[in-house]
Amino acid sequence: MAVAEQVSKWEGSIDDLRGLVSERALTGETMLLNMGPHHPSTHGVLRLLLELDGEEIVTCLPDVGYLHTGIEKTIESKRYEQGVPLTDRMDYLSPMSNNMAFCMAIEKLVDLDVPERAQVIRVMLLEMSRIASHLVWLGTHALDLGAMSVFLYAFRERERILTMFEMLSGQRMMGSYFRPGGVWRDLTPDFLPTLEGFLDIFLAKVDDYELLLTNNPIWIDRTQGIGTIEPDQALAWGVSGPGLRGSGVNWDIRKAMPYSGYEQYDFEVPLGEHGDVFDRYIVRIHEMRESHKIIRQAIKKLETAKGSFRSDDRKFVPPPRSALGQSMEAVIHHFKLWTEGFPAPDEEVFVSIESPRGEIGCYLHGDGGTKPRRVHFKTPSFMHISSLPVITKGYMLADLVAIASSMDVVLGDCDR
Amino acid sequence: MDIPKALDPAEAIQKALPDALQDVKTFRGETTLVIVPAQLVKVAQFFRDTAGLVYNYLSDISAVDYAEVSPVGGVIGISGRPDRFGVSYHLYSMLYNRRLRLKVFLPEDDPQVGTLTDVWPGANWLEREIYDLMGVTFVGHPNMKRVLLPDDWDGHPHRRDYPLGYETVQFSFNVDEILKHKPFAKE
Repeated sequence: MAVAEQVSKWEGSIDDLRGLVSERALTGETMLLNMGPHHPSTHGVLRLLLELDGEEIVTCLPDVGYLHTGIEKTIESKRYEQGVPLTDRMDYLSPMSNNMAFCMAIEKLVDLDVPERAQVIRVMLLEMSRIASHLVWLGTHALDLGAMSVFLYAFRERERILTMFEMLSGQRMMGSYFRPGGVWRDLTPDFLPTLEGFLDIFLAKVDDYELLLTNNPIWIDRTQGIGTIEPDQALAWGVSGPGLRGSGVNWDIRKAMPYSGYEQYDFEVPLGEHGDVFDRYIVRIHEMRESHKIIRQAIKKLETAKGSFRSDDRKFVPPPRSALGQSMEAVIHHFKLWTEGFPAPDEEVFVSIESPRGEIGCYLHGDGGTKPRRVHFKTPSFMHISSLPVITKGYMLADLVAIASSMDVVLGDCDR
Repeated sequence: MDIPKALDPAEAIQKALPDALQDVKTFRGETTLVIVPAQLVKVAQFFRDTAGLVYNYLSDISAVDYAEVSPVGGVIGISGRPDRFGVSYHLYSMLYNRRLRLKVFLPEDDPQVGTLTDVWPGANWLEREIYDLMGVTFVGHPNMKRVLLPDDWDGHPHRRDYPLGYETVQFSFNVDEILKHKPFAKE
């Protein structure tokens, strides 16, 4: 009885969709099908309203917002440094990238320099995040297309990276390890040996994944020529990251506008040709190898990198605990930073970084006080989901799963 | 292929559309051009299509509320800007590898500006997000509906006068009172 009442309360009608779906759907010639929000291949809670002609997709209307938690609004009521842990929760598969975008925006707004050693540590961890994130993507992408074992192997390697994150920050995933002016603390003694051990085996593991997938006829059938997006279209729709490079557009922010010293590392930007699911897969696989290369170089650079793991500008960075017993000034700085925070000018800045998924942009507007007036994150998943209707048009329903996961969408990243 | 020489965006727009540019600002190496809202779509098209500029990628659109809010709620003024709402468009030119910010200021009552979905289709959801969270309407947008919040949501949460919301701390002496007002599902 109660259920019937609830159902009859729905006041929407098919007319609400006029203009969004084709006229054939309004007459009932094509079928409207709801997919999600709880569906294993939507990588979170993404709802898609599909208009199907037989098995062919005529229209795809994504419906997002199920994970909207108002992170941007919450940061407005926090001091700059308090905002960092919130950014972890956006793109939960590579929290370090979000930290990096937010910290870089703060550093640009208040004009704070980051020591060389901190920059190298950041690069190292960003590339580890990239590998970890690509591994999750590879596992779930293969799982969506029916290949079970890759998932298990990929998560096995990812777990080793998360263990190293735990060594540094005390957390496997939401480490909040990057802070304005550097990182939270220096590398622990057991970190580098563990990392070396991981790097020694990792390339062979990537070869293993490729052995399972790249020349596999089923894999090729499911991915080649599917979900093709032309370079012009990808640019117009704001696609970035491996999604864009799969279409052959050479745009990697690490190369184009280097940050954190990326210009000193020697690495390639893998490009695809056709812009289909297969090319995006190949681009990501090669990116893992390139990240491996960058981490190796970063370890070497760490020996000669000057400076500390965090800036010693005491107007923005709290003094170490040991200084509090010896210096009155340290006590004052500590007190001011933890009770009031640091002020930032009433101006706006925009920074963007290359996250595993694409361009994360952080727009930060100070208000002259110690809290931001406005923070806005341009997140790659948001743009990629908005472009799904264009990419999926004309493909089969079963291909939708492959296309959606090949764009590597994370719904926490999309909804924020 | 010859690449045409890069033009200075402020000078170029001053020459082509002299009544569109209101102000030029530079902060930490970022150029901001303040544009007359009515001219925005024309200006965006100009920046995308003109040789020497070619801002072919729209990175982000974000909106700011410049209202000053009194501690007890309610807008009491606007902090040092011509109008209450500011919308920033972050363009990027892949050819010249540089960024540009276009900014429009919109009035408090009925803030609206032309849509850029015809210039960059990717603006579609970015504009919907701003409509949803800041309440700025984009004229000519194909589907001006909320994107993150439910359709029946009241208000626009990113406005400064929209309260954060809080929950009373629950103790044994006030638990009954709190439970009375909680919105539990009804039978």
